[in-house]
Amino acid sequence: MTKEERKKKKKEGRKHVVVSNLPFEGRPQKENPNGQHKKNQIKTTKYTLLSFLPKNIFEQLHRFANIYFVAIAVLNFVPVINAFQPAVGLIPICIMLMVTALKDAWEDLRRYKSDKIINNQHCFIYTRKEQDYVQKHWKDVRVGDFVQLQCNEIIPADILLLFSSDPSGVCHLETANLDGETNLKQRRVVKGFLHQEPRFEPELFQNKIVCEKPNNNLSKFKGYMEHPDQTRTGFNSESLLLRGCTIRNTEVVVGIVIYAGHETKAMLNNSGPRYKRSKIERQMNMDIFFCVWILFFMCLIGAIGHGIWKGKFSRLPPFDVPDANGSFPPVALQGFYMFLTMIILLQILIPISLYVSIELVKLGQVFFLHNDIDLYDEEADLSIQCRAFNITEDLGQIQYIFSDKTGTLTENKMVFRRCTIMGNEFSHQENAKRLETQKEVDSDDDDWTKCQYGALSSIDTVRCPGRAKPLRRSQSARAHFQCHTRHRSVGRCDSAQSAVAFSSTIEKDVTPDQGLLTKVKDATLKLETLTAHKVTKPSLSTGSSITDFFLALAICNSVVVSTSTEPRQRVIIPPQMKSLGASLEKIHQLFQKLKLSSLSQSFSSTAPSDLGESLGPNPTVVDSDEQDDLSSNSCGYSTGISYQSSSREEVMGKQDILGAGSSSLEDVLDSVIPEPEFCYEAESPDEAALVHAAGAYNFTLVSRTPDQVTVRLPQGTLLTFDLLYTLGFDSVRKRMSVIVRHPLTGEIIVYTKGADSVIMDLLEDPDKAKDPIAEKKLRKIRAKTQKHLDWYAKDGLRTLCIAKKVLKEEDFQRWVNFRHEAEASFDNQDELLMQTAQYLETQLTLLGATGIEDRLQEGVPDTISALREAGIRIWVLTGDKQETAVNIAHSCKLLDQTDTVYTINTESQETCESILDCTLEEVKRCYDTRKAEHKFWGICLPPQAPSSTIEAAGPNIGLVIDGKTLNIIFQGNLEKKFLELTKYCHSILCCRSTPLQKSMIVKLVRDKLKVMTLSIGDGANDVSMIQAADVGIGISGQEGMQAVMSSDFAISRFKHLKKLLLVHGHWCYSRLARMVIYYFYKNVCYVNLLFWYQFFCGFSGTTMIDYWQMIFFNLFFTSLPPLVFGILDKDISAETLLALPELYKSGQDSQFYKLPTFWIAMLDAFYQSLICFFIPYLAYKDSDIDIFTFGTPINTISLTTLLLHQAMEMKTWTFIHGFVLIASFLLYFLVSIVYNAICVTCNSPTNPYWIIEKQLSDPTFYLLCFLTPVAALFPRYFILALKGTCGKSSLLEAQKLDKLPKEKKKLAIQEWKKEKERISTACQAALSPGNASLGHLQVSPFTGQESRDNSLKDTPSPMKRHAGDWVLNRDRSSPYPCPGHVGYNKSSPSSSVRPSPDEHLLGSSGSEAFGIFKDTQTGSPGASSRGSHRRSQSSLTI
Amino acid sequence: MAWSATSPGANQPDNTAFTQQRLPAWQPLLSAGIVLPLFFCVGLAFIGLGLGLYYTSNGIKELEYDYTGDPGTGNCSVCAAAGERVAPPPANCTCQWCFSLSELFQGPVFLYYELSNFYQNNRRYVVSRDDAQLSGLASALRHPTNECAPYQRSPAGVPIAPCGAIANSLFNDSFKLLHQRLPGGAYVEVPLDRTGIAWWTDYHVKFHNPEPINGSLKLAFYGTAKPPNWPRPAYDLSPDPNNTGFVNQDFVVWMRTAALPTFRKLYARIRHGNYSAGLPRGAYCVNITYNYPVLAFDGHKRLIFSSISWMGGKNPFLGVAYLTFGSLCIVTGFVMLVVYIRHQDENGEDEDE
Repeated sequence: MTKEERKKKKKEGRKHVVVSNLPFEGRPQKENPNGQHKKNQIKTTKYTLLSFLPKNIFEQLHRFANIYFVAIAVLNFVPVINAFQPAVGLIPICIMLMVTALKDAWEDLRRYKSDKIINNQHCFIYTRKEQDYVQKHWKDVRVGDFVQLQCNEIIPADILLLFSSDPSGVCHLETANLDGETNLKQRRVVKGFLHQEPRFEPELFQNKIVCEKPNNNLSKFKGYMEHPDQTRTGFNSESLLLRGCTIRNTEVVVGIVIYAGHETKAMLNNSGPRYKRSKIERQMNMDIFFCVWILFFMCLIGAIGHGIWKGKFSRLPPFDVPDANGSFPPVALQGFYMFLTMIILLQILIPISLYVSIELVKLGQVFFLHNDIDLYDEEADLSIQCRAFNITEDLGQIQYIFSDKTGTLTENKMVFRRCTIMGNEFSHQENAKRLETQKEVDSDDDDWTKCQYGALSSIDTVRCPGRAKPLRRSQSARAHFQCHTRHRSVGRCDSAQSAVAFSSTIEKDVTPDQGLLTKVKDATLKLETLTAHKVTKPSLSTGSSITDFFLALAICNSVVVSTSTEPRQRVIIPPQMKSLGASLEKIHQLFQKLKLSSLSQSFSSTAPSDLGESLGPNPTVVDSDEQDDLSSNSCGYSTGISYQSSSREEVMGKQDILGAGSSSLEDVLDSVIPEPEFCYEAESPDEAALVHAAGAYNFTLVSRTPDQVTVRLPQGTLLTFDLLYTLGFDSVRKRMSVIVRHPLTGEIIVYTKGADSVIMDLLEDPDKAKDPIAEKKLRKIRAKTQKHLDWYAKDGLRTLCIAKKVLKEEDFQRWVNFRHEAEASFDNQDELLMQTAQYLETQLTLLGATGIEDRLQEGVPDTISALREAGIRIWVLTGDKQETAVNIAHSCKLLDQTDTVYTINTESQETCESILDCTLEEVKRCYDTRKAEHKFWGICLPPQAPSSTIEAAGPNIGLVIDGKTLNIIFQGNLEKKFLELTKYCHSILCCRSTPLQKSMIVKLVRDKLKVMTLSIGDGANDVSMIQAADVGIGISGQEGMQAVMSSDFAISRFKHLKKLLLVHGHWCYSRLARMVIYYFYKNVCYVNLLFWYQFFCGFSGTTMIDYWQMIFFNLFFTSLPPLVFGILDKDISAETLLALPELYKSGQDSQFYKLPTFWIAMLDAFYQSLICFFIPYLAYKDSDIDIFTFGTPINTISLTTLLLHQAMEMKTWTFIHGFVLIASFLLYFLVSIVYNAICVTCNSPTNPYWIIEKQLSDPTFYLLCFLTPVAALFPRYFILALKGTCGKSSLLEAQKLDKLPKEKKKLAIQEWKKEKERISTACQAALSPGNASLGHLQVSPFTGQESRDNSLKDTPSPMKRHAGDWVLNRDRSSPYPCPGHVGYNKSSPSSSVRPSPDEHLLGSSGSEAFGIFKDTQTGSPGASSRGSHRRSQSSLTI
Repeated sequence: MAWSATSPGANQPDNTAFTQQRLPAWQPLLSAGIVLPLFFCVGLAFIGLGLGLYYTSNGIKELEYDYTGDPGTGNCSVCAAAGERVAPPPANCTCQWCFSLSELFQGPVFLYYELSNFYQNNRRYVVSRDDAQLSGLASALRHPTNECAPYQRSPAGVPIAPCGAIANSLFNDSFKLLHQRLPGGAYVEVPLDRTGIAWWTDYHVKFHNPEPINGSLKLAFYGTAKPPNWPRPAYDLSPDPNNTGFVNQDFVVWMRTAALPTFRKLYARIRHGNYSAGLPRGAYCVNITYNYPVLAFDGHKRLIFSSISWMGGKNPFLGVAYLTFGSLCIVTGFVMLVVYIRHQDENGEDEDE
């Protein structure tokens, strides 16, 4: 018994138990079982007033550098060792610590303030005392409290939803604060609390809530509620309101607090800023290590030298001072002491200020990054965000880019492009045309836009003169855009005007296909005739399928409907319901008749005959253009605030009249037309696109509640379906389903929408069809649809299959029971839910498929080709289908027409290995020939290992691989071979890859190839990839902020990557690298002066420079120029960098900062310090010079030298550069003069009184100051000048270009590019024979043309053995639309112009391969120069 | 969780030349053509300057004599040897250095003594002083700083004034210059100006005697001990009240520690009477009072007569250095010229292509 109890307790311990607080009100906290949970007060500060100093210092001492300097400062306190006065020795480290502490304190103060604001926000909590909700601060909210929230309030803690004023028990959330997603999320009241009195009674709540321990998974939450009678009700994240979200569209909600304060999911997700170490920093640490060694040797020399020096004296010389007690320690010990003293003396060899300077420089670099207007996206009003401050220079060294496709390369604006219904393809040419012209129209309307801006200031839009003219689609986009920005400006309080995700004009307006429109009309007409009971072939009639198809599009989703006049106010009750009540009866009767006549298949479309009769022929089919005008009209109105309130009343009023009066149906339908346009808020863009598409064919989704969906049919009738179940989309099932009850036939129908690969497997077996004709038809439809799907994929469209299934009542009931069980279970709820869903989604009937276009973002091809030119290898990792991915790759110039593309798809390890071997061999052979050519063609660059630099010349190799193959590669230890192969490839495409695979690939490449990687993505599925890479870039697009949150930099468009890398990356890298080098040089040069002096002072650790001067030297006189240099210097202008992307390669090879660079800088530093010391030494030799008078010219000289050195390094001089340099120089004299004039006895014993003044009156001083810097900088200057004259590096050439005037520069850049091209074509020409023989290696089990391929004979036997399950496909061009395609290519001019031999050989094989779908991944070879104009091509065909 | 209410375009960066990094700039690009004239100009300037310096330096006369007294090098060796044997060297051992000038030694003439291998820049030596005490601060006089240890207090615990190793090791040889105008004539003492040999600021600002009590410096120093090596206390250094105690010019000069192990210190200037124009021709003898032992650390002592020019004492190095680097610049200039011409040719060929 006890054991069980303990077990129970243990189990309880793993769970989070919450009960109502109310019974415990007024009693001590201890008795409350909720007492153990965290309070809602949040505290993100690190320190308190008392703990600040010790804690901060403790934290700072965690940095190694700080410990080093503190240790040295402490050493200085030991009398035998000290080099300086102990207190003075503390100054630099104290300044360092203080600056950092101040920064920390300021940050903490800001956190404290924001905490205070958040903690003191108000919310309503129920108390027993008042019997009502009382306003309290957020910080007083406890777990177990009942919180009442009103519309637009922010949720104070994680709350379980128990009551909603919405009759259907839902509430809407805006999670923008949490994840940036602007669309609304639906939350539901926990089951069992749905039907309550208008008011929720918290005191009656006696249930115990058991759920998970607090965790940071935003989307996962499960638990159950134990009722007093021991029954349990399950709930999940559907009922959880998360802290930080905003309640929308719901008047009042009540819930119980589950997690509070730091235990809320929002807070748990709030991890601090990321710290990454950049490549330069890593390299720098290495060099610091060298510096430590140099320091060690110098100290050793000092120690030994001191020992020898001491040993020389047989008797006590008068200048040797014994200990305080008059004795001398042994020489060895003195040597050791001297070692330590030397460390103190030469400590700045390890550049203490370098760390601080680097931080400051990066801050400056981030400032400029942030302020670049070219990286600013007007539409989103967002500039680049730098979330990681310390890796700016990594941007200049990127070698590999891993990119997501959807939303990154493409806009993630889904546009309905074409569809196939029951095997019939509708190509929607008008729609394609519209998409083509979209951009132009947008740009034409600038005056209109201005007008819209004017309208913003609450002037009614109607007054705007522009309205008369350009009422076209684009305006509605503008109008929408205005809504959007306006929403932003008003902030969270105003929800009346707001953004609706995924509904830009492009997405919204679909021009219906004329053919299909006619068919829809026909279908309705046919249905009219049905009243005469002339049912010919109802089971598979196209008409019914078309209606079914569009119904599925309209219903099968989770779209929230609102009107454009009041976005965010959900349409729940279709306004015309009442008025249509009478006629609905008739429709119902009609359907009953239909059902009788339609065997087992049901029609879900309606065509009320008497309705049609009364309205005349096709009265409701509004001309599409007309409707467009209407829609834009209404949206235009929506910006006018004055109109907004009235319009609704107007409509309502009309309806009232209609409802009351016995008006004719004509009137009813008239009232339908001016109804405001609906806005759809979807969770995914595809859904919205499909709903809009259905809307274009007048199947308009009118309203949606959790229980009901209403659709307006083309005839204007409203059909309300009972929503029995929604099986939401998940990435495992890759589909979603809705189960509805048809309002007229009463049938239970499952509509499923999902990825074609999944749906095709779930279709009902044609063999089971009742009659052979039907069977044949089913097969035919299936095959045809598959063919169309392949076309779509080839055209870069996203495909979705639509299917349906009719359920028997008893089957459904049985399933519902299963489902309930699954929902209530706690442990394996997910699994059970999945099972039930899969159980239902089988034996589907295919209705059709859709092709949705995801348009390429602006500037993507240009960016990609520039990045490729810059020598960056680009991998696209996408979850999309291979065909789609390959197509997008071609259209965004990732794969070129001339590229050789290898495709690897396999599922067996052996095959995979042999393919890899084989391809590798072939590629190598290709490269070998190229190498030989290189030798032959002297013009070409010398051959290099493919891993280091990619040759500009020769055909590029692309690789396409899919997720399954990747899996095999990872499992079968084939990574090495794979990587070896990828080294030869320019671009690699990984399709169908999971987020995990994405990050694995990134890690593999990063770790194994030791290269700099960059990941860019926009969605939650890219997060792991972004985190794995050296530089993670998030695109703040439509898919929320998760990618941005985990990224180092967030940009709003892919094209910004070009400037970010090529310009800012290059600058940041070159600036920082050269600054770091300069810093090392500077410190070594300066410290060596002290070291040389040791040879003349018996290695006793004397400094000839006053210590304060030394501190000032580092702190003020020489610190600013490197900072300005690191922030502002431009070696090459932005225009040149953009025009010549290959300049980026200098960063990839770390040209500015390598080990040799470091050592050269060291050598130069040694040389310069020698000169700076010995020239004054020789000049002052045998004179009456005293120590500090000797040190002053040395100090001055070295300052001059360092500053001039800096000046030589600067490539661009602005007035800031000049000012800082001169100011530093003058400041030195100013400070020195003042210091030496006022310091009479201070800083004893190294008293500098009147020294510089005396020196300034001495001509020798000036003579030294002229000669020494010239002598010190002479070699560097000489070499720089030589390099500048004879140097051949492209950077130098570019610098020369920069100096030319604008016009000339343009010409020169063009010439440069021509030159490059000439070289590359020369190399290519040399290679072409090799290519030709390799050009059409195609191993495919389906071609049947192997005999033609000579090269196949060479392939090893395993290849043939496994020929059945893989295709090694090498094509020299884009996969090319199949000749058999209806609308394609017939009029495409380019295809007929110059058919290549390849096309003749393999064209037919390509189409054959299409016939056998599924397991074949064939890119059929075709003529080059075609794929690049894909879009224009498809628009041309019509 | 931060909410910000912004107006559209509020996040748009400023389009200024500074934020867009488009400030007008000068792009120097070093190349042969540009640096050519620079090399020649600098070279010529340096050579000119170097020649000037060289001749100036050559015009300076120096006369020096090593009186360390290495065995067998003259009469000072007796004193040196005596000093070697006894711990405090016997006081006032004298020796002589005689020389003759065949022509006028152009004035003003400075008399230096030079010590070599004397590490006045040894760290522990350099810090062993108390500037506060030397500036006449009464409290510091009684409580010398710890830096002075072990010359902080006498074995009896009495504070030493002036404290520290530097003061303790004060150079105490003295010199007298005698001039024999005519051969066989009497030696006349040449007046040596022993004032103004220290820095003006040292003598007037940094060094002060403690406030005399009842007009007596001795009373002011009451309660302090003399440095162990000194034969007499500080206030007895000189009978001249303006040249005794901490403001004794020899002492002030000595306290300015030398930068290098071989150093000179000014002993006197010869500028009075008949010798204001310099040392006229004739025979001279320097009477040296040999007190300071240097053989223990292989040191050397020298006496130097030197005239000075506008650029200070005799030092041919600067002139030579300027000449060297000047000619180096010229040579490099020619190299650059060759490179420049060749490169021009290459470019021309390129363009012809």
